[in-house]
Amino acid sequence: MMEKKIMDETFTVPIGPQHPALKEPSHFRITVDGEIVTNAVVRLGYAHRGIEKAVEGRNWIQNLYMLERICGICSHIHATAYCLGVEQLAGVEVPPRAQAIRVLTAELERIHSHFLWVGVAAHEAGFDTLFMYIWRDRETVMDLLETLSGNRVNYSVNILGGVKFDINEEQADAIRKGLDYLEERTNHYLDVVSNDAMFLQRTSGIGVMTRNQAEVLGTVGPTARASNVARDVRVEAPYGAYFDYPANIVLEERGDLTARFVVRIKELFESYRLIRLILDTLPSGDLETRMPRRIKEGETVCRVEAPRGELFYFIKSNGTDMPERIKIRTPTICNMTSVVKLVIGHQLADVPMILVGIDPCFSCNDRMVILDRSDGYKQQWTWEALRQHGIDYYHEQHS
Amino acid sequence: MTQNLLQDTIQRLKTWARINSPWVLHFNSGSCNGCDIEILATLTPRYDLERFGIKLMGSPRHADVLLCTGAVTRQARDRLVRIYEQMHDPKFVVAIGACALSGGVFRGCYNVMDGIDQVIPVHAYIPGCPPRPEAIIDGVVKLLSSLSIPTAKVETQPSTDGRIETKECSL
Repeated sequence: MMEKKIMDETFTVPIGPQHPALKEPSHFRITVDGEIVTNAVVRLGYAHRGIEKAVEGRNWIQNLYMLERICGICSHIHATAYCLGVEQLAGVEVPPRAQAIRVLTAELERIHSHFLWVGVAAHEAGFDTLFMYIWRDRETVMDLLETLSGNRVNYSVNILGGVKFDINEEQADAIRKGLDYLEERTNHYLDVVSNDAMFLQRTSGIGVMTRNQAEVLGTVGPTARASNVARDVRVEAPYGAYFDYPANIVLEERGDLTARFVVRIKELFESYRLIRLILDTLPSGDLETRMPRRIKEGETVCRVEAPRGELFYFIKSNGTDMPERIKIRTPTICNMTSVVKLVIGHQLADVPMILVGIDPCFSCNDRMVILDRSDGYKQQWTWEALRQHGIDYYHEQHS
Repeated sequence: MTQNLLQDTIQRLKTWARINSPWVLHFNSGSCNGCDIEILATLTPRYDLERFGIKLMGSPRHADVLLCTGAVTRQARDRLVRIYEQMHDPKFVVAIGACALSGGVFRGCYNVMDGIDQVIPVHAYIPGCPPRPEAIIDGVVKLLSSLSIPTAKVETQPSTDGRIETKECSL
């Protein structure tokens, strides 16, 4: 009788917001039966800073720098999405050289982001040697970004209507040399993640997501591509210089963690190819066109492929020098549902690996959502109301 | 007299040990990740913070130094205070990045507290958006060298409104 009672009991393991396995604040409640996960609940919002409201009080140019700081890992792609949208609203054509430099920086950013991810994921697997080696090699691409823009993390390459810096032959050679080194190392890492027996035990057959599941759960980016879902904005709906420099899609079939490693590492080769192609055939011409201070009234939608998947911007202008509304949907929020689903049935020790498998970025995804199921709900939140709501909400949580 | 000498020697030994192997804890209080990846880069082979005996720990109870990034969102505030309280004395806080110093670009946003020092006492400020790994090393090393001075300010009692006041205490 007693024994049966113990068998039926489940235990809830709280993880986060501060936890060795999480570099960012988020909270998970994992219900376990022994070592097996039976349920998982995620609580987001620790990095919610209120950016969408804050951009409504700043002008178009200030917002560029604000939006770049949504995420320190994919800062360039946020700025690109915003610039493409605003340029579309203003009806401005960006010179081809500027478009190419944007794509070049975006691909360099993808390299740095994927290297970062492979390192962090190896760290979660307990393979710290790989983490250290990968991060040593990642410094090569950080140096290249620094050579180009002067900054290691927030490059500030984009301005509305163009880009800020040019590439000369010397820098192009430095990039080519850096890429040669990185390509050699990437071959080695591909070999490690697909053949190392110890590593495969942590990844092979773990967190398997079938193609159907990936589609139903609405995953995007490399997470979807590892389950053989051909979803890549660069290919489906090319933007900017991707018309002239088409990207090839990288797909894997297995849908487990190994496939997610392999997809991201193979995407690096695609990025190397694109960067080399751009450097060899960089169009000449201006770097920027003149942008009006006030943007014409209208609204637009802009989709780009961030390192983690599809990044979506909705921009609405009311004809002034400030936007009326900017809505951002980042790839992590699309992929987060898959984590909650996939961890069920796995061992607790696999949870960090499955979570890291989607390459989560909590600073990107923390937005406020109000659910009101009554019909005709319509309310515009003012700054003061939001502030008060925030204070009341946390007092309530705290008491 | 002998008692004092003994205590003095133990104190000096403790300070020596602390300076030579401070264990750090990293907490992201709503940062954009920019500073966090630079902290990680600081710990990896190119910059190798471990040559100063600095090691990244997972638990606040093992840590001497809290490396804190982000503008402190309202949700993360209570967690930050709790983590700070869980650390054992003497403890030191390093605020890393423009947001941690003053809120940075997010200063005045409805959900942020405008800097770490609004919530817990801070001993070293490292500016930059994000600071370069060299700047982080410099800040941490400066903090460590300040510890060799016999009395360094630290320590804390949370007051009723959640803020923590600083008082002087010896190492």
